[in-house]
Amino acid sequence: MKIRYFDHVATNPLREEILEAMLPYLKEEFGNPLSPYELGTRARTAIEEAREKVASLIGAKPSAVIFTSSGAEANNFALRGIALARQNKGKHIIVSRVEHHSVLNSARFLEKSGFTVTFLPVDKHGMVEPDTLKKAITKETTLVSIIHASPEVGTIQPIKELSAIAKENDIIFHTDAVASAGNIPVDVNELGVDLLSLAAHQFYGPKGAAALYVRPGLRIVPLIYGGIQENGRRAGTENVPAIVGMGKAAQMAKAELPEKMKHVKKLRDKLIEGITKVENVYLTGHPTERLPGHASFCVEFIEGEAMLLMLAAKGIYAASGSACSSKALKASPVLLSMGIPASLAQGSIVFTLGSENSEEDIDYLLSEFPQIISRLREISPYAGGWGNTEEKGQCIPKK
Amino acid sequence: MPLKFVENVKADVTTDVVYMMCPMHLLKLEEMMKSLEPGQVLEILTDYDGALEDIPDWCDKTGNEFLGVEETEDIYKFYIKKKARQT
Repeated sequence: MKIRYFDHVATNPLREEILEAMLPYLKEEFGNPLSPYELGTRARTAIEEAREKVASLIGAKPSAVIFTSSGAEANNFALRGIALARQNKGKHIIVSRVEHHSVLNSARFLEKSGFTVTFLPVDKHGMVEPDTLKKAITKETTLVSIIHASPEVGTIQPIKELSAIAKENDIIFHTDAVASAGNIPVDVNELGVDLLSLAAHQFYGPKGAAALYVRPGLRIVPLIYGGIQENGRRAGTENVPAIVGMGKAAQMAKAELPEKMKHVKKLRDKLIEGITKVENVYLTGHPTERLPGHASFCVEFIEGEAMLLMLAAKGIYAASGSACSSKALKASPVLLSMGIPASLAQGSIVFTLGSENSEEDIDYLLSEFPQIISRLREISPYAGGWGNTEEKGQCIPKK
Repeated sequence: MPLKFVENVKADVTTDVVYMMCPMHLLKLEEMMKSLEPGQVLEILTDYDGALEDIPDWCDKTGNEFLGVEETEDIYKFYIKKKARQT
């Protein structure tokens, strides 16, 4: 059976050219970049070349890019590193309620360690309103972290406006651009951010390589202590093959970005139009300010995991924002924070598109989806409704 | 030799290695000194206590003049004057 992959926000396949670029560093070019002999200096040079390419993708100076092992590490590093470096100035930080767990849980860790954290509410599209941020700022605020684009609902935040508010108040601004970098234009100066996280596997690079942009001159406390790798700011022998792969992926993503955006947006629009024709299915996230390859929905009366399994049986791989943990259905905090009732949030389904998806993939999905929904609703204990125990959420009604 | 404390020293160049791991304070010091003209003063900012021994020692070894250190609330500021060119 042919596999149709619609889960590019989970990860992307490694491109052949990128694998080719990495292979020498998994074989004969195995040197430690800190070693003074040629085998080491060649590895060092390869890392610096990759740094230039990653910097170029986000409009930064190469020296401002610190490689990490994952987007989650970059987010942990940003939050803890800045909160600790500036704790003499204040111990209040602000994050939104629609952050990735690596930001939310870092904020919670800081809260336990004596910091005060404000979790900013969002509107029905999952968007942070600039006024909400303004009101949350106190004299003690040192850091604001707001995600660039949501992997769950695709909404793109008005980062430029939000970072300007932080700047006016002499507050450091971080954005988690893991879901956006390589998928839409991301420029640190244009966005006005002090820190930005990105991960290679979100744009056809390997797992195990990611980066944190840190504005030159900004002090940050390390997360990992040890040697002087990454200019003494992130210890640990570098994952040379993955970093080389990230560099190649960044270079390709930059070159192909306009074409890719056009391609996935066309498919996405067709997908949204087709899926929302099904009864009681609602688009989640912002209708226009969203990632070009991102289509997310809430399907009433059924549960996300069941849809995933039924779709997978047809060769369709997608994601669900909800996680079914044992008997207790646990709804996504992102969807709940948008005002979607817990029951409806159970039926979350997310399709994220990539360069290799075709129109035929979308046609196939649209031909299978309605039948799967009908079948699941037939066997759903909620098929007759939710028993009117909850208000209807603020999803965008289908046309 | 007791450590020399100073205040308000004017530096020509400043480098900030606060929160960077040891031995970045020495590697950066060496790198920056190469770019300075003889007689110019480098200011190096660090939070690393080990620098209190390392930097004066490095100056002794290399013949550059250690002007002193200023201690602020959370960091140290070291001042080093580049030695005159050997004739």
